[in-house]
Amino acid sequence: MNYVPHTDKDTSEMLKAIGVGSVEDLFRDIPGALRPKSFDIPEGKSEFEVCRYIKKLAAKNATDLISFLGAGFYDHYIPAAVDALVSRSEFYTAYTPYQPESSQGWLQAIYEYQTAVCELLGLDVSNASLYDGGTALYEAAMMAVRLTGRKKIIVDQGVNLIYRTMLYTYTSNLSIEFIETPVVSGQSSREEVFKHLDDSVAAVILQNPNFFGAIDDYTDIVKKTHERGAIAIQSVYPISMGMLKTPGEMGFDIATGEGQSLGIPLSFGGPYLGFIAAKKECLRQMPGRIVGATVDKDARRGFVLTLQTREQHIRREKATSNICSNEALCALRAVIYLTLMGKTGLKELASLNYDKAEFAKSVLEKIPGVTVKRSSPTFNEFTIALTKNADDIVYKMVDKGFAAGFPLGRFYKGMDNYLLLAVTEKRTREEILKFGDSLEAALCD
Amino acid sequence: MRLIFEKNAESRRGFKIQVSDVPQTTLPNARYLRKELPGLPDVSELDVVRHYTNLSRLNFSVDTNFYPLGSCTMKYNPKFTETLAGLEGFTAVHPLLPQLSGGGVLTQGSLEVLYNTKKLLCEITGMAGFTMQPLAGAHGELTGVMLIAAYHKHNGSRRKYVIVPDSSHGTNPASAAIAGYQVIVIPTDKDGYMNMTEYKKNLNEEVAAVMLTCPDTLGIFNPRIKEITDLAHGVGALMYYDGANLNAVLGKCRPGDIGFDVIHINLHKTFATPHGGGGPGAGPVGVCDKLIDFLPIPRILKRSDGTFTLDYHRHKSIGYIAPFYGNFGVILKAYAYILFLGKRGLIEASESAVLSANYCRARLKGHYDIPFDRICMHECVLSASRQARRGVHAIDIAKYLIDKGYHPPTIYFPMIVKEAIMIEPTETESKETLDGFIDTMIDIAKLAETDPDAITRAPLTRSVKRLDETKAAREPNLRWRG
Repeated sequence: MNYVPHTDKDTSEMLKAIGVGSVEDLFRDIPGALRPKSFDIPEGKSEFEVCRYIKKLAAKNATDLISFLGAGFYDHYIPAAVDALVSRSEFYTAYTPYQPESSQGWLQAIYEYQTAVCELLGLDVSNASLYDGGTALYEAAMMAVRLTGRKKIIVDQGVNLIYRTMLYTYTSNLSIEFIETPVVSGQSSREEVFKHLDDSVAAVILQNPNFFGAIDDYTDIVKKTHERGAIAIQSVYPISMGMLKTPGEMGFDIATGEGQSLGIPLSFGGPYLGFIAAKKECLRQMPGRIVGATVDKDARRGFVLTLQTREQHIRREKATSNICSNEALCALRAVIYLTLMGKTGLKELASLNYDKAEFAKSVLEKIPGVTVKRSSPTFNEFTIALTKNADDIVYKMVDKGFAAGFPLGRFYKGMDNYLLLAVTEKRTREEILKFGDSLEAALCD
Repeated sequence: MRLIFEKNAESRRGFKIQVSDVPQTTLPNARYLRKELPGLPDVSELDVVRHYTNLSRLNFSVDTNFYPLGSCTMKYNPKFTETLAGLEGFTAVHPLLPQLSGGGVLTQGSLEVLYNTKKLLCEITGMAGFTMQPLAGAHGELTGVMLIAAYHKHNGSRRKYVIVPDSSHGTNPASAAIAGYQVIVIPTDKDGYMNMTEYKKNLNEEVAAVMLTCPDTLGIFNPRIKEITDLAHGVGALMYYDGANLNAVLGKCRPGDIGFDVIHINLHKTFATPHGGGGPGAGPVGVCDKLIDFLPIPRILKRSDGTFTLDYHRHKSIGYIAPFYGNFGVILKAYAYILFLGKRGLIEASESAVLSANYCRARLKGHYDIPFDRICMHECVLSASRQARRGVHAIDIAKYLIDKGYHPPTIYFPMIVKEAIMIEPTETESKETLDGFIDTMIDIAKLAETDPDAITRAPLTRSVKRLDETKAAREPNLRWRG
């Protein structure tokens, strides 16, 4: 099959209209010396052959493990309606909605997404999405640097190490100083944060629930942060917003997070969804596209991309961010997921996650060699201490059919025997009990 | 259409959550809890399905309309790649699994996809190494500039500037600035090429990199590209290739052979992964030998036994630019597409894309001004200056095209062309489709002479007429409030 649609007749007519003798004539600007030294690509295969091969690769992955692995990326159920709706090719084969009259579906959907994110986080304004939770946090940090004109940032060690590492990578040439403050008994150390919080600080960055799963009320830290003229930023796990105090209620200026848990598959790390919301005072520093409501000539409501003078295609090197492509289709997943849940459903879902985790705690703390860390309340993820190396236990648990959680020693010194467990609504009572039995056996081996 | 929020009916449910099989427990202290539920709508599943299905119908898309949006390569994407990206064997894999002790064996299929795609991209572009992590084109640019910065820093060279031509994508100067560089802009000559006198004048040992799109945003391949590259290398600057327009040159030239040091590829453009209304995309970055050590971690390696592993131990690496290994689902689609087309298919894609763009240019010549009238590559840039004198601007032509069922070309870019209309037909559109579009464009040019108001009134066929963008910016209404 010829993949391109031009027949020989088409090609010769087109060449004639152009006034050249061959297709190769169209490439005459590329000098001979610059032609490829090699182009050793296999010849094409049929759709059937490619599918057969790729399915074989898919089968090499282990997808039958019962997962207690989270660490910022969670195994939640995705309602079928989410997949069905994002499979509408009028959504997924469209481009960025630069022409509003032929993109009202997308623009309204993003406006609804922005509304849902603001409602979830208790803040005023949002945008059309960022790449992932880590880049969203970086963008928030840079907003704070621009808003304050300062270059020192305090980051709590309860913020996912992946995100902290990304912050340091992105700012490595920008002379921004980061100070990490410790987590003590599961909670952000006020003493350490306040010790470093002075008039040179641009932002304080916290995460709730933190990486250890502990929940906190940061109202006091936010208040002190504002007293110093700095910006308070929170990284958020969105499912927890069905239950936990919002960044807005605690007074945070900016909240960001990973939206993967809102109807987006784990998919080996992407595509994911970075969400961001902020107080309206921060609006002019927001990165990326923003959709606004307006009216047409007949005063009918319609939607457009707006405040584009912040963006790279207008402001070039003075833009608030270089972002162009975002994660619109993932944002669409998130807004569909959130509207399917509704406020009532999201609350129930959050409670179910919480109850399952509490049940798992009650099961695991009866096992000899396991200590459930209870110094702080948690949402659906918590830390246990083992009498053995957590990495080794996780390794053994794979054979028993479990992804047994995240060994904290990978990210934190001195925590080699600690394991971080996530228990979503997908884990059944039976699976949790079986997990307990298997863990007990693994610890005895 | 009403917003989904305006369809709220208190306690109506869109999703049935399972009955809990564990005891209900006491909630944490109230100070940790939100006082009010989020203002999400309570609606039925049918409400949601009908709402978003009807919204989708308000969009133009590649599957429904010709979409000759310049610089965006809106080609048709074969459906089987979507099916493959949806396989549970890929979607259900937790990204931290391979980082667990012994976890590498659990994700060999996904690692193989990433590794093989990387190798194919190396061969297609002539680069020595690739990172698959960047999550979009601009993200790749930022990664690329950070790699350049790390390289210079490692060599003890303090450089302050990045050079871009004035025809560049806005992301180029934005990425350079965000990475910490000052931007020098070089003007374009009357013949459409970067002005060499200005270029040479600004090129010195404080320049870290020169960022070029090739072919450039005018759709022109600069035959002096090698000279530009050699001059940059002469002062120790590195050459950055913006791969947004790679669809023009597959198998015709490779950035690595020209001497480019860093390149990003927009997989969602050249390699047929749909754009999803703005994303997700993927922007893998390729580098020459001397930059490989600086690539982000983890690197994906193939062991001698044919298995794949992640390598985190790269002390010169710039670090993490993404949480994991890139937009895996997007990369998978690109991989399947490359295997499907193969060597001959990729070359044909570029040839056909270039043929189609030149056909549009040749047939529209005489009806529209063509500022740089010469053989173009995958896209051609017209100017509506002639029509503008009759009061019909590029934006009016765009809106009229919408009424005729065509997604408009890119307008007002590149900024150096007045009333720019940038047409990129891509290789997947038939001659009949191109003729239909061209005939419409010619009709518009004629109508501009006889009845300009008929054009400036457009669009009249969509759910809304022209929207008040000034009001949107002056009185920001960015979320619904009940």
